[in-house]
Amino acid sequence: MNKAIRASAGALLVLVGGFLTIAMIRGFDKPGVITTQNGYRGVAMGSLYNPALVKASVAANKIPGYLPQLPPVGPKASAVYKNVQILGDLSVGQFTRTMASITQWVAPVQGCNYCHNPNNMADDGLYTKVVARRMLQMTQNINQNWTTHVAATGVTCYTCHRGNNIPLNVWNNAPPPKPMGFADTQTGKNHPSRAAGETSLPLDPFTPFLEQAAPIRIQATAALPGTDDSSIKQTDWTYALMMHMATGLGVNCTYCHNTRAFADWSQSPPQRVTAWYGIRMVRDINNQYLDPLASVFPAARKGPLGDVAKANCTTCHQGVYKPLFGVSMAKDFPELQKLAPAKLSSN
Amino acid sequence: MSEYLNIFTRVQVRGPYEPGIPLGRGNWTRSHGQPIFEYWLGKIGDAQIGPIYLGGLGIASIVCFCIAFEVMGLNMAASVNWDPIQFIRQLPWLALEPPAPAYGLHFPPLNQGGWWLVAGFFLTASILLWWIRIYRRAVQLGLGTHTAWAFAAPIWLYLVLGLFRPVLMGSWSEAVPFGIFPHLDWTAAFSIRYGNLFYNPFHMLSIAFLYGSAVIFAMHGATILAVSRFGGEREIEQSTDRGTAAERAGLIWRWTMGFNATFESFHRWGFWFAVLCPITGGIGILLTGTVVDNWYLWGVKHGISPPYPAMWGQVIDPATLVGAPK
Repeated sequence: MNKAIRASAGALLVLVGGFLTIAMIRGFDKPGVITTQNGYRGVAMGSLYNPALVKASVAANKIPGYLPQLPPVGPKASAVYKNVQILGDLSVGQFTRTMASITQWVAPVQGCNYCHNPNNMADDGLYTKVVARRMLQMTQNINQNWTTHVAATGVTCYTCHRGNNIPLNVWNNAPPPKPMGFADTQTGKNHPSRAAGETSLPLDPFTPFLEQAAPIRIQATAALPGTDDSSIKQTDWTYALMMHMATGLGVNCTYCHNTRAFADWSQSPPQRVTAWYGIRMVRDINNQYLDPLASVFPAARKGPLGDVAKANCTTCHQGVYKPLFGVSMAKDFPELQKLAPAKLSSN
Repeated sequence: MSEYLNIFTRVQVRGPYEPGIPLGRGNWTRSHGQPIFEYWLGKIGDAQIGPIYLGGLGIASIVCFCIAFEVMGLNMAASVNWDPIQFIRQLPWLALEPPAPAYGLHFPPLNQGGWWLVAGFFLTASILLWWIRIYRRAVQLGLGTHTAWAFAAPIWLYLVLGLFRPVLMGSWSEAVPFGIFPHLDWTAAFSIRYGNLFYNPFHMLSIAFLYGSAVIFAMHGATILAVSRFGGEREIEQSTDRGTAAERAGLIWRWTMGFNATFESFHRWGFWFAVLCPITGGIGILLTGTVVDNWYLWGVKHGISPPYPAMWGQVIDPATLVGAPK
C-alpha cells in the first residue's frame, strides 16, 4: 500500500515536472539568436533576431509582382467612366491598372464583383465600393500628409491587405468593464492579453491610445515629487500599448528607447520619433477614415459594440520593423501619393 | 566525491519517535497517534513527521488565511464567469485588483476593490498571527527568537508594499494586486512609473544582500560538507572547541582569501544578509513616489547615472515642435 502511494507520488512529481519544463521551454527560441547592436556599447541596446524566424518573416513579407506603369495617354477615366470620384484624372489605361492592382491586393478571389455591380460598374450599391473609395483617400492621405511616419516609402492597399478582404490584424473596441454583481468588477486586464504580448496587462490598449488620445507619458520629469501624478494602474495601459508596438514591429524596447531612461528623448534612437508620429497617424486613420464608416459597413463586419474594425501598428507592420522590409510599392503608384480633390461626376 | 555533491543526505536521521519537551500551562496538546516516518523525507531532512503544534494562534492564522485565499479565489473565478476550465487555464493571469485611484484611502464598494481590502486585511492578520505563533513557540521551547525576527523582515517589506506606502501616497491603488502574473507586471510597471528602480540605492543594497545571501549560503554549505569527513557538521561544538575540521575549514578560506569567518560568526553573516535583503528593499519601496519620483533623474542629480556619447545626433521630442500633431 505504502509502496503504491510512493510510486504514484513519484510518477505525479515526474509528470508535473515534465509539464512545467515543457511549459517553460515552449516560450523560448532555439539557440542561435543573433543580436545587433543599436546603441552605445555596453548599454545592452540590441535587437534580437532568430535566423529561422527572420527567414520565415522575409518569405511572408515579400512584395507581389504587379503591372508596369502606363503613360498618361488617351482619354481620362472620368471622361469614359461614370462616377469616378477619386482617380478621374488618370488615363483609362492607368485607371484600369489601378483597379486591377486593387483587385489583386484586396479581393483576388472574388475579383471585380467584390466591389462592383457587374451590370453597372458605376453603381455605389455595394458597401465595399464605398469603403474602397474611402480607403483610397486614406492611402493618399497617409502618403501625402504622414511622411513623418511612412517617409518616401509610402503605403499601398497591399501594405495592410496582403490579398485579404480585411487586413489580418485589426481590432475592435472591447466591451466596457462588465459589472460582476457582488464580485470584483472587470478592470479590462488580468486575462491573457493578446494585444500586450500574452501578459496580464490591459486587453485593449487601442481604444484609449489609438482611437482616443489618452496621455501616454507616465514618468515624472523631475527627480522629486510634484511633476506627475500618474498611477501605476495608468502605467499598465501605457505598458500594454508599448508591448503591442514591440510585438507588432518584431523588436524589443531598445529599438526606440534607452531603457534606463524610457522617457528621455535625448538618449532615444530616432526610430522613437517615427513611432511617435505613427501613433498619431493611426489615430488619424481610425478617427477620420475608419470610425466614420460605421454607417456603411453591415453589422456582420462590425465589432460587438457596432464599431468598424480599426488599425494598429500590426495592421501594416505585421511583425516587421518596416512593413514589407521597407520595399516601396507606392513609388510605382503615383496616383496613391497625393490626395485627389473629390469630384462628383454625374451618375 | 559524488556522495558529498549528492543532493540527498548520506545518513537517514531515523531515531525512536521524538515527541519533544514537556510543555507548561497555557499550551495546547500536540498531535498524537502513531509515529510517522517517511523514507524520502529522510533523504532530504528528518524522516520523522510531527508532532504538529496547532494552538489558538495557529488556528486563527489558518482561518484568516483561508478567508483571504477564498476571497481572492472566488473573485478570480467570477472574473472568468465561474468557468472551471477557464479558471485553470487563465489562473496565472487572474487577479484581485486594488481599488481605482479615485477612491484614495476610502473603503470602496466591495466590487470596486473592496474585496481587495478585505483579502488584504485577512492576509495581513494571518501573517501577523503566524509571526506571533513562531515567536511564542520559540519562547516555549526555550529558544532564542531569531526565526521570528527573521520572518519579521519580509513582513516589513510586505507591509510597506501593501499598507505603509499606499497610506503615505494616499491611495490604495498604489498597492500590489493579488495574482501571479499581475503582481509581476505590477513590479515592472512600478519601476517604469518611478523612473527605473535600478537607480534606487536601497534597491541596489537589497540586490547586493539577495545575491550575497545566495553566495554565503553556497559558501557555508560547501565548507561544512567539505569538512564533514572530519566531523565538521558538529558546527556548534566546534565554534568553541575547534577540532581539525574547523581549523581546516578556516584554513581553506585564509589560504584563498586571507580571512575566514568562524563556525559561529558565519551564521550571523547568513542571518544578516538574508534579513537585510527585504529590510533595505522595503526602505527603497517606501521612498519611491513619496520622497523620490524618478530614480533615474535622482541618479543624474547625484552623479550615479553616467552620460553616454550621443549616437544619433539630436533626437528631439516631437511633441515640443510647433505644428506637431497632438
